[in-house]
Amino acid sequence: MSTPAAASVPVGASASAGATASNDPSEGELRDVSVVSADALRGTAPAAEGRHAAGPAELGPRARLWPSLVAVYRAQLSRARVARIPLLFVATFQSVGIMILMRGVVDGGGEARAVVAGSAVLVVAFVALNLLAQYFGQLRASGGLDHYATLPVPPAAVVLGAAGAYASFTVPGTVVTAVFGCLLFGLPMTHLWVLVAVIPLAGAALAGLGAALGLLAPRPEFATLLGQLGMSAALLLGVLPPERLPQVVRLARDLLPSTYGVEAFARTFGERPDWGFVLGDLAVCAAVGVISLAVATWAYRRAAVR
Amino acid sequence: MCVVRALTKTYPAQRGRRGVPATPEVRATDDVTLDIRRGEIFGLLGPNGAGKSTLVRQLTGLMRPDAGRVEILGHDIVRHPERAARILAYLGQESSALDELTVSLAAETTGRLRGLEVRQARAERDAVLEELGLTGLAGRPLKKLSGGQRRLACFAAALVGERPLLVLDEPTTGMDPVARRAVWSAVDRRRAEHGTTVLLVTHNVIEAETVLDRVAVLDRGRVIACDTPSGLKEKVAGEVRVELVWRESAPLNVPEVAALRDRVVESGRRWTLRLAPEEARAVVATVTGGAAFAALDDFTLATPSLEDVYLALGGAVRQGLVRA
Repeated sequence: MSTPAAASVPVGASASAGATASNDPSEGELRDVSVVSADALRGTAPAAEGRHAAGPAELGPRARLWPSLVAVYRAQLSRARVARIPLLFVATFQSVGIMILMRGVVDGGGEARAVVAGSAVLVVAFVALNLLAQYFGQLRASGGLDHYATLPVPPAAVVLGAAGAYASFTVPGTVVTAVFGCLLFGLPMTHLWVLVAVIPLAGAALAGLGAALGLLAPRPEFATLLGQLGMSAALLLGVLPPERLPQVVRLARDLLPSTYGVEAFARTFGERPDWGFVLGDLAVCAAVGVISLAVATWAYRRAAVR
Repeated sequence: MCVVRALTKTYPAQRGRRGVPATPEVRATDDVTLDIRRGEIFGLLGPNGAGKSTLVRQLTGLMRPDAGRVEILGHDIVRHPERAARILAYLGQESSALDELTVSLAAETTGRLRGLEVRQARAERDAVLEELGLTGLAGRPLKKLSGGQRRLACFAAALVGERPLLVLDEPTTGMDPVARRAVWSAVDRRRAEHGTTVLLVTHNVIEAETVLDRVAVLDRGRVIACDTPSGLKEKVAGEVRVELVWRESAPLNVPEVAALRDRVVESGRRWTLRLAPEEARAVVATVTGGAAFAALDDFTLATPSLEDVYLALGGAVRQGLVRA
């Protein structure tokens, strides 16, 4: 802590060369950078140190949950413009293609409802689960989480903001798929409004799962793999009518959170939907969403401080 | 301002896997003790892999040390790592969290996450972008910018929402001279107006000599010296650095040149020698006159730099520091 005797030498003066035959232009550029000399502040420093000795300095403000959640959400949403729009098309075309394929196998009734509901929720699984798992996996591996970890932002705001944005990305694709499916299979569009509840709740469950997988996977490749597997499961177990599946696979279907979104949506195509069951299915989605987002928040904390 | 005592961090040994050789236990930070004063630009200088970034990660609360103490403005960062985010702004080496945002939104969002109100965040964003000459690029995504511009945009984000301590990990990498000057004048302004302290990580010796008030030289996790740049250079004041670049290879048939052979650090056609001034004069006289001159492409005679200090203090890595 002693004040060095040589401190009065102007900053940069010591970098001069004696005799030089080679000419290095970069040396000159940096020499004039420091306008404030080291000595200019030396006089004020001891007084400041003395003040700190009296007690810890005041901390900067903490970012509150809602404003920071909104800021993260907005920032994530803007990424769609740059990077995600092609993928949203892929998600929608994939679901529309599956419905066209299934048109040859399925002819109306309960099976058609399952196919349309499954394809619509598949868009949510593709974007919220698969893409979010990849995003967090890559962010964690590249050290991008450091950016958030060195800001006074609640972990829940980062996870919920990103999950919310990814769930929002699914809205156009899901709606397009549902409408197209209704037209293709001749299903009533009376209760399509239920998507207002299905998308956010299935979105919360799947985005939470995706975020947790992405943040817990030890390597980004695993995060990608897990996201892909989750989406494939949602595809096979959600789109195929359950009556045709063997018992073991049906059990697996019951364990997948997207199933309840599919079921809730499929029920509303009926003549007289049983709203009690619809609510029950949506409640499962909500519960899975709360748990998986809590796990994702915990995983974020764990990933941010190593 | 910032007190570091006996900080130690060890990475455990890794078992080898297929295609990945086993690595032994590594002391990334080895009993580091530092004092950073208010208002100074304090540097951590060392070659790649010296443990600079690991040390900084512990100071910013991103990594828990195995042992030791870190105190910033009276707050214990080891016990309360979350407080670091409310004291300092950190510019890491990675920009992946901001890459797909526009410059303007990256700065604004960072300000909001630093606890600013919307209006305040926007006002500070505009001021900082203007100050750094980024206003013209405000609407462009970081991903589409050149490396230096992207770095400058990340630096802008770090400045939105005033903090008493700036921790900058190689902030000027890839920047052109104009951008570098913008960075250092922004730093100087904050120093003069608010007494802002800067902790700078660098492997660039020229930058270290020109902008730092004090510098800690790191080698394999240890601080091998800590003083002002000129104070450090006094340790090797009795020496002059001579660099000889040969056209093809050294003319070892000249006896004076052959005699130097075991004292040089050889790097391709380039020979580097550290000599007493009279000796250096004699060497220059030899190679610029007589038979050796025909083989000589270029030579430099210079007062020692921090790189020479690093080597004189026993620094082990020969190629890690840059002069640019």
